[in-house]
Amino acid sequence: MSKQPERIFVKGNEAISRGALAAKCKCFFGYPITPQNDIPEFMSTHMIKAGGDFVQAESEVAAANMLLGAAAAGIRSMTSSSSPGMSLKQEAISYMAGSEVPAVIVNINRGGPGLGDIGPSQGDYYQSTRGGGHGDYRHFTLAPGNVQEAYDLTIKAFDIAFKHRTPVLILGDAILGQMKEPITPWEPEAVDEEGGRDWALTGRTDGREKRLIKSLFLAEGSLAGQNKHLQEKYDSWQDLAECEEFECEDADLIICAYGSIGRIAKSAVRKFRKEGKKVGLFRPITLYPFPNEQLRALADQGKRFLTIEHNMGQMVDDVRLAIRMVADSDFYPIYPGNLPTPDELEEPILNCLEGK
Amino acid sequence: MIELNEKLVFDRPESVIDRPTHYCPGCHHGIAHRLIGELLDEMGLAEKTLLASSIGCSVFLYNYLNVDAVESPHGRAPAVATGMKRARPDKFVFTYQGDGDLASIGMAEIMHAANRGEKICVVFVNNTVYGMTGGQMAPTTLIGQSTTTTPNGRCQTHDGSPIRMTEIMATLGGVAYAARGSLDNVKNIRQAKKYLKKAFEFQTNETGFGFVELLSGCPTNWKMTPLQANERLQNEMIPYFPLGVYKDVSEDGGVC
Repeated sequence: MSKQPERIFVKGNEAISRGALAAKCKCFFGYPITPQNDIPEFMSTHMIKAGGDFVQAESEVAAANMLLGAAAAGIRSMTSSSSPGMSLKQEAISYMAGSEVPAVIVNINRGGPGLGDIGPSQGDYYQSTRGGGHGDYRHFTLAPGNVQEAYDLTIKAFDIAFKHRTPVLILGDAILGQMKEPITPWEPEAVDEEGGRDWALTGRTDGREKRLIKSLFLAEGSLAGQNKHLQEKYDSWQDLAECEEFECEDADLIICAYGSIGRIAKSAVRKFRKEGKKVGLFRPITLYPFPNEQLRALADQGKRFLTIEHNMGQMVDDVRLAIRMVADSDFYPIYPGNLPTPDELEEPILNCLEGK
Repeated sequence: MIELNEKLVFDRPESVIDRPTHYCPGCHHGIAHRLIGELLDEMGLAEKTLLASSIGCSVFLYNYLNVDAVESPHGRAPAVATGMKRARPDKFVFTYQGDGDLASIGMAEIMHAANRGEKICVVFVNNTVYGMTGGQMAPTTLIGQSTTTTPNGRCQTHDGSPIRMTEIMATLGGVAYAARGSLDNVKNIRQAKKYLKKAFEFQTNETGFGFVELLSGCPTNWKMTPLQANERLQNEMIPYFPLGVYKDVSEDGGVC
């Protein structure tokens, strides 16, 4: 990768938008909802300047289905939303997973359930990692922890989408989306803008066989075959799971946290380390595939675990599954609706460290 | 000795795949498919066509037309087609939707794709019932018409009134062409093909959104013979859904 020298000071939402343009995303379909509005607003001008197209859709449902159409045509495409809107997008995401259409979807998670609030939350973890719509499917879910990582992972999301013919979700929250930080933008080398040449709908030019992108399998045995094929694909992703391990080596207690909460937990870990307390941070970067093996390796060393999330307890299930039979994890919830601070995390971490 | 000199006068269009359809006897989908296939051949569009299929009996259109196709969720074909056309503006993009798909669950998508003036074509097959699911009330079901969910007939005060889509389309700024034809007899079928051709041309010359409604029979769910179905179409449907061109911007002076 060729690093551009300049630093820019941008919100997470703008970093995601710029990352998409660097990855040669050519179609964006959006709909207003706080706290992700910066993304469609940025794309409405910059996508057109970049030679692509932007549509403000009539609904989240329509935006996601426009994404399905553009992506089925083999063009790098994206949509973004926030939690209530993500519920509406799940229909098309299920179709994209079922018919193996590569696209990038951004969720800037806000508080729920229902209309909730417009502040940060991690309440959409289950929806983001279990296949949020109908049927058995999974998709990649990337959880950036800072604004630079939001830029980097957006570029990576398009490559993953096309390599594995899958929707890829970027899961941020209102903290990440609205926080400004300096980042170093970079341009990926040699983006393959026709990455769908073997399957994309481009018309039967030169008399080739017609192509069909579908998720309907009625013939006896055919849907079972498709589900088996999809599951084998999902299983093959396990080796691609990523995480950050911070001060884990000699730690007695590992804090498991992702995204913005991972970052806040990191501040608490730094503070405890200065006091000589052996605390580390395990921050999953891919929420699906979940970094099971990396976490299990820490459990095998006899470490203890505390999962902290900005929800009522969702990722903690994956932590417990990863370390089952060896260890367990305590859990500390930050209720959606409350804004978390590093200070708030000190007491539960200290209690856990001291076995209270 | 008499020389046998056979001359083929009627053949399958190249764009229509040679396979039996799953449609019931007397269904008009096959006629609509053929008209589209003929036009794709005559206009040289087959190799640049992308189809956004819909949900219902017509989902399998992609098995019968020799063009690239994607399966859309129920009602979303105009949004999917919008995405395809924006991604590949040089392609010919169309949807083919039934009345439940287009005028009920997909009402938002059809209205806004039309209003944006997406340069796509929509073929709307109106047979006044949900066919694939077994004959439930559709948004176009006529008042008094018996269906599996209106066993005593559609009641205006309880179930609402049948929606006239072509008339609605004609009011939207982005629509270049809106017409309603019927597939009940040869004269109307020939006229329907002219409507479809005009709608296709409005896309190929990059003018705007083309919409053609085709009144069609569903003998199975109407519980009629094919001939009775055609008579019902003439006597009951056409009076409520009058045939003709409702908008043609080439005559109105065009849109900006």
